[in-house]
Amino acid sequence: MTETTPAIFSRNVPGSTAILRAATVGVAGCGGLGSNAAVALVRAGVGHLILVDHDVVEASNLNRQYFFQSDIGRRKVEALAEHLRAVNPDVGIDLQQQTLTPDAVATLFAGADLLIEAFDRAESKQWLIEAWCRAFPKRTIVCASGLSGLGNTEAIAVRRAGNIILCGDQTSDMSQGLCAARVALVANMQANLAIEVLVKVLRS
Amino acid sequence: MIVVNNRDRVDWQPGMTVQGLLDKLGYSYVLITVTVNGELVGQEDYASHQVPDLAEVTVFHLAHGG
Repeated sequence: MTETTPAIFSRNVPGSTAILRAATVGVAGCGGLGSNAAVALVRAGVGHLILVDHDVVEASNLNRQYFFQSDIGRRKVEALAEHLRAVNPDVGIDLQQQTLTPDAVATLFAGADLLIEAFDRAESKQWLIEAWCRAFPKRTIVCASGLSGLGNTEAIAVRRAGNIILCGDQTSDMSQGLCAARVALVANMQANLAIEVLVKVLRS
Repeated sequence: MIVVNNRDRVDWQPGMTVQGLLDKLGYSYVLITVTVNGELVGQEDYASHQVPDLAEVTVFHLAHGG
């Protein structure tokens, strides 16, 4: 720990900092959902992240993803890790620059207490949820579905079933276009739920 | 009686499968995640996985975007 670490978290909710510091969260996809959720998790004090993404930053990502002009052309996992370390230099980050496949889920996320599903294609969300539940039936996966378009804030909800938590309106599709406020809203809901679960599970 | 998404009530029938339930509900959208009593049912098992009476079923719709 550096000397700066306690100061970063001095306004945290009492009792949460040590628990979150010991937690490991997997983030599958570092786009609009994953990049914003990861920032919220690190600011909350989560100690370890496993970041998985195969992509590089493009200009069109900057309307909603946690990247900057100087990141264009860089690998997303590397650029995001740099931003996360700029918040907390002590955060442990496992960078996985690769295309995630169902067979790799059990190995790649073996050390994760919880997974943030942050893919963009619905087909990918589907197989990731199935692969995670098969590999880790008792560990929570926080998913997102329906975060596109504008407004319609009241439709964004949280639904739970077993170890699956899903945020979003379950309807809006990215063909409608994507807006930073709505995407980051759902990403931060995912992070908020992850923090809630981690504190509850790791405390017990 | 089966409850779907904490909302819809469906009469249970012996031998009813997840696929049978989805058909009865008129769900044709394929990008979904289904749980029965909190346990995920894989897509390849929809036609064979039987839904017990009084089951709580959840059907999540998965939309593109991230």
